[in-house]
Amino acid sequence: MSSETQKILTTDGIPLEESLKKAEKKNKIKAFLLVAPLLLFILITYVFPIGDMLFRSVDDRMVTNMLPKTFKAMEKWDGKEMPPEEVFEAFYLDYKILVKEKRHGKLSTQMNYEKNGFKSILKKLARKQKKFKEGNYKEQIMAVHKRWANVEYWRAIKRRAPEYTYSKYLKGIDMYKNEDGKIVQVPEDRRVHKILWLRTLEVALFVTIFCFLMGYPIAHLLATLPMKYSNLLMICVLLPFWTSLLVRTASWMILLQQQGVINDFFVLTGLVSDDNRPEMMYNKTGTYVAMTQILLPFMVLPLYSVMKTISPSLMRAGKSLGGTPFIAFWKVYFPLTIPGIGAGCLLVFILAIGYYITPALVGGASGTLISNQIAFHMKSTLDWSFASAMGLMLLTGVLVVYWIYNKLVGIDNIKLG
Amino acid sequence: MALPKYTETHYRIWHYIYLAICSFVFFFLIAPLFVIFPLSFNAEEFLSFSEGMKRLDPDAFSLRWYNDMIYGTKNPWGLAAKNSFFIAIFATLGSVLLGTVAALGLSSRHMPYKGIIMATLISPMIVPLIISGVAIFFFMAKVGLAATHTGIILAHIVLGTPFVVITVTATLSGFDHSVTRAAASLGSNPVNTFMKITLPLILPGVISGGLFAFVTSFDEVVVVLFLAGLDNTTIPIQMWTGLREQLSPTILAVATCLIILSTLILVTAELLRRRSERIRGINR
Repeated sequence: MSSETQKILTTDGIPLEESLKKAEKKNKIKAFLLVAPLLLFILITYVFPIGDMLFRSVDDRMVTNMLPKTFKAMEKWDGKEMPPEEVFEAFYLDYKILVKEKRHGKLSTQMNYEKNGFKSILKKLARKQKKFKEGNYKEQIMAVHKRWANVEYWRAIKRRAPEYTYSKYLKGIDMYKNEDGKIVQVPEDRRVHKILWLRTLEVALFVTIFCFLMGYPIAHLLATLPMKYSNLLMICVLLPFWTSLLVRTASWMILLQQQGVINDFFVLTGLVSDDNRPEMMYNKTGTYVAMTQILLPFMVLPLYSVMKTISPSLMRAGKSLGGTPFIAFWKVYFPLTIPGIGAGCLLVFILAIGYYITPALVGGASGTLISNQIAFHMKSTLDWSFASAMGLMLLTGVLVVYWIYNKLVGIDNIKLG
Repeated sequence: MALPKYTETHYRIWHYIYLAICSFVFFFLIAPLFVIFPLSFNAEEFLSFSEGMKRLDPDAFSLRWYNDMIYGTKNPWGLAAKNSFFIAIFATLGSVLLGTVAALGLSSRHMPYKGIIMATLISPMIVPLIISGVAIFFFMAKVGLAATHTGIILAHIVLGTPFVVITVTATLSGFDHSVTRAAASLGSNPVNTFMKITLPLILPGVISGGLFAFVTSFDEVVVVLFLAGLDNTTIPIQMWTGLREQLSPTILAVATCLIILSTLILVTAELLRRRSERIRGINR
């Protein structure tokens, strides 16, 4: 086949195979050049910043760079008893520079994340160290505050020596590295994040289930009704879909509040007494109801687009072969809608798991989710590395869901309306 | 949906239960939007129906909150609306431009690494918004674009392009490439072919992608919350602060306007979808 004489040549005398390859390569480059601007844009403004989040979440060089001498001196200290004089001297010298450059505030914030109570003693040290005499820094520092004589605090400093740390990830699941370097859970009463993760998962799951239970019948109705009715009813799905999220949340706030429309209706019909109006907002009920309504169109649209393709004659065939309508539905129709169910559930679940606005407005304290915690650390505590770590943990969860979905149903089955 | 005459009683009952469930769900979906409408004309400062409104007393209704929305002292809505439209329009233009060109490349059968590139391009749609917000904020802070219109526009282009890419590639999937070859064989250059042949055919997809991008930007609050300074306030941000602090009826007036806007967008999107289906139908 590949003998020299049989090679087909183009009119230019180049072998055809080579010429085709060249053309193919040219086409490839052409196609790639069209995609390149957007790809570059997304990479720079989006993908790399997510990588940057990963870096931020483990980066601990700030403290390392602030106390270089101290960490050098601490290398020899085993961390069992009080550190030797050299450590104290190094710490004094490091801290003196920090105070002079007015950077000691950052150190005290960072150290306070590590162990509560650092802020005040570092502040005190900043004032007192100006009058320190040369030599015997150990006694002078220990005299500033009794906590400086507590070995725990020195161990806490030593723990911040490495340049990279995964402590933020541990904190995200309510664990920490204790004095012996073992990873343990924080005390029961301070396990806030675990509750949030579980609640986020619970809310996302239940909202997905509610959406499915409510979305399936109406998608079926829309797909089986004659066009002129279904188009009209479709508006009920599409209008909320196109309406601003905040508008829909606002309407739920009006409906659900204690003096709101639903409660008024309950009182009017005598279901509840006027002074005993149920609390339906600022708790989980509010989050469930509002999120279900807001995410329902994302369930209905993929289901509808799949159901639309199922021929009604299949059900008729099932019935004519002796199945009751229920059996025909269960054995014939339902299995055919599984791609739609998968796409709808995936969409709703992923949107629900990262929800922020609605829980923050109608959720109250018991209805907030993990995203609210991330926003809180971004905007209030400014612990950005912790926010990054939590965000990446959430992202990992989302990607795992995608992966499972891809294995089960196949990602190509997703349709947008 | 009429049932055949021979239907047994319990299936008949079941059918009516099914219709009842469906009616309830449709009511659940659409009713909340209609609560806002009458309450925005409330003459009083309450967010529930006053006695007068229940009696349909004309005095109980007024336009005072619309008046407050437009002329109210130190009211933020004017600036917010200006910013929202400015940002959304430029973000839409950017998304449509970048997204359409990329979709053309992605639809070519010569495109290398299609899967992974497509995944990267639509990732902003898949990743939870809060994470996108954090990541984009870090980037904008680094390059000094936080609290600027430019920064917010760029962020919204990131969030809007996936919709354009998806709708335009969907339109292109039914596209008959022989028409562009025909144009080329008749001596047209690629740019001319695109403008005269391809673009008019894929226009419905491009516009509906653009609508998605516009709504995404116009509604977007999570990322803007991280990025916006005082001068960059948008309608969603103002609504967010209003809803958190106190629910004033002025917000309902704004909400009513937004519902009218979304109705217009819905109608446009539907008309486009039908047109696009028609065009694709002819091609097949």
